[in-house]
Amino acid sequence: MTGATLLFLIIGLGLIAWFFGRLKAAGMQSGGKHSRSALHSLPNYHGWYVALWAILPAAIFLAVWSFASPALITDAALTSPAAAQLPQDAFARAAILSEARAIASGNQVNAFNPLSQSMVEPYRDAITYYQMIGTVAALLLVFACGVYAWLQIKPDLRARTKIERVTMLVLLLASLIAIVTTVGIFLSLVFESVRFFSMVSPIDFLFGTEWNPKAVAGPRGETGFGAIPLFWGTVFIGAIIAMIVAIPLGLMSAIYLTQYAPAKFRSWMKPILEVLAGVPTVVYGYFAALTVAPALRDFAVSIGISNASSESALAAGVVMGIMIIPFVSSMADDSIAAVPSAMRDGSLAMGATQSETIKKVLIPAALPGVVGGVLLAVSRAIGETMIVVMAAGLAANMTANPFSSVTTVTTQIVQLLTGDQEFDSPKTLAAFALGLVLFIVTLLLNLIALRVVKKYREAYE
Amino acid sequence: MNYDQKILEPNESVNMTDSATTAMNTESGTPKMTARHVDVFYGDKQAINDVSIDVNMDSVTAFIGPSGCGKSTFLRCMNRMNDTIPIARVTGEIKLEGEDIYASQMDVVQLRARVGMVFQKPNPFPKSIYDNIAYGPRIHGLATGKEELDEIVESSLQRAGLWGEVKDRLDDSGTALSGGQQQRLCIARAIAVDPEVILMDEPCSALDPIATAKIEELIHELRGKYAIVIVTHNMQQAARVSQKTAFFHLGTLVEYGETTDIFTNPREEKTRDYITGRYG
Repeated sequence: MTGATLLFLIIGLGLIAWFFGRLKAAGMQSGGKHSRSALHSLPNYHGWYVALWAILPAAIFLAVWSFASPALITDAALTSPAAAQLPQDAFARAAILSEARAIASGNQVNAFNPLSQSMVEPYRDAITYYQMIGTVAALLLVFACGVYAWLQIKPDLRARTKIERVTMLVLLLASLIAIVTTVGIFLSLVFESVRFFSMVSPIDFLFGTEWNPKAVAGPRGETGFGAIPLFWGTVFIGAIIAMIVAIPLGLMSAIYLTQYAPAKFRSWMKPILEVLAGVPTVVYGYFAALTVAPALRDFAVSIGISNASSESALAAGVVMGIMIIPFVSSMADDSIAAVPSAMRDGSLAMGATQSETIKKVLIPAALPGVVGGVLLAVSRAIGETMIVVMAAGLAANMTANPFSSVTTVTTQIVQLLTGDQEFDSPKTLAAFALGLVLFIVTLLLNLIALRVVKKYREAYE
Repeated sequence: MNYDQKILEPNESVNMTDSATTAMNTESGTPKMTARHVDVFYGDKQAINDVSIDVNMDSVTAFIGPSGCGKSTFLRCMNRMNDTIPIARVTGEIKLEGEDIYASQMDVVQLRARVGMVFQKPNPFPKSIYDNIAYGPRIHGLATGKEELDEIVESSLQRAGLWGEVKDRLDDSGTALSGGQQQRLCIARAIAVDPEVILMDEPCSALDPIATAKIEELIHELRGKYAIVIVTHNMQQAARVSQKTAFFHLGTLVEYGETTDIFTNPREEKTRDYITGRYG
């Protein structure tokens, strides 16, 4: 019996347990139609109580068993006479064993290695044996725990309280999954980065100015992993060019929407801006690579910049800025709207004009929130990948010329990890180190931004 | 609603106020602000119905009445703060020294510099105490240099009775002051642009009794220098600080006269009922 079938069987039994639990509890309900029930909890809760007792321990057992049984099966298979012929070399041995297992469990038809074929029989026996043990034990657990819970049903059993507690635990688990996954990703980045830094010195990586990972074919410690050009390219595109575009435009659009726009215009303009924030970045990437970049190059050539590249920092940065505008605008909008209207009235009542009120009262009061929003926008921009991959180019130049091609951390991660790669060469591992740096920087930016925004919110509450 | 309309026909109320104001004009010179037949609508809803009133230079005028009677709405018409509400519509005529403030050639910025306003909740800007006071003079270009601005700040704070408390910490944020100090800061801020009229919209409703007493004392001191109009829920306060009282009810002006008359010998039964606490 496969795991999935068994699980469905257990759930089916759980439903039966629910029925019996409810039946017993309902039988204890005494009194007439409107008299208060003798039961502490409604019969339904008793039903769930029995059902959960029947399902949960068996399900937990199955989960543990599915982790533990493969090792037990291999051990059992190795005690068979056929195992004596296996090679001593651990690597070859493992290859044969995994092949035999694949055939035994029906995932593979023919053996590549004849030795594997001889191991199939012992494997098949071991698998059948342990599967049977698992199935029987799980079903026994269902019955034992179900009957135990069923016997527990008494009028004063606090079934409802217990069900609530289980519900709470399930919700807690759900909320932990995202966090645990993030921590797992972070740890994997750290481990791979440690491997990378055992091959390339962190100093060379963080402060080296030459990025040419293909050159690492030579002895250990060879340079070519200086990431400064990448960091510069990321900052140049994401934090400088994109923000020069996004901050003024986003802020002005927020000011117009909150202060000047008629309610009707605002009511359809704001949703449109928010929809723009959901356009896939690859679409902006097309736009950057096929429309903006050639136009900018032609413009640069026409004003006499001869070395203008068709893939330029400016094209990627400008399009990224446009992509970020709705984000900045929406954050600034929220901050300006959070300034109490008494502040605005106070200024208007002094005889200030609307634009004086905005410049001298609203913007200063909303500034911390706007700054927080901008920091969040920067953190989004430096993590952005598609636009720079399509429009910024691959040349790791250290240049402040916006018409030349630069490369970013995210672009290089894509370059390092796409195609056939060995997963233990420094070239591949460098991607993890870059990822780690990016992760830490964006995390810090987000932390600072959220703190700034929070502090500002408190000031007006 | 029907009951109110029955005992107070619009014409009746107008005649009454006209005669009342004419009577007062003879006593205290020409009025600073005059309102004639003012109606205010919020969308389709009429908030003010045919109000006519005069505000004099040498007296404090109190607007009293139950919540929602339109007294704050009417106050906000007097420096066109209702312009900030898109659905508000004002008809009739309000004049400041004979100039129609709703006329197209009237610059609302100039108007508000001449008719200042203090709000229900103290609303200092999140700037230093100095910058709060200097805000108005700066935007209106009242001071030519730093010294002149310093002078305006000092004299405004002195008139608002706040100078002694804050003179050593003019660089502190205005929001760091106590509620009562914040409200006096807002009054000082209004004084700093040298207005002719100061409108106060329940200036003490967010303050404790001691802070309230200080504001009332301040209103006494400012009387004569500025025409002051104060909206209040607190009838004792109206009796204490004002010389003229107007009683509003359901968007109409029921009675307007000398404060002593209104409180001791009201002509209208509705005023008497409100003042004696029979409803409101």
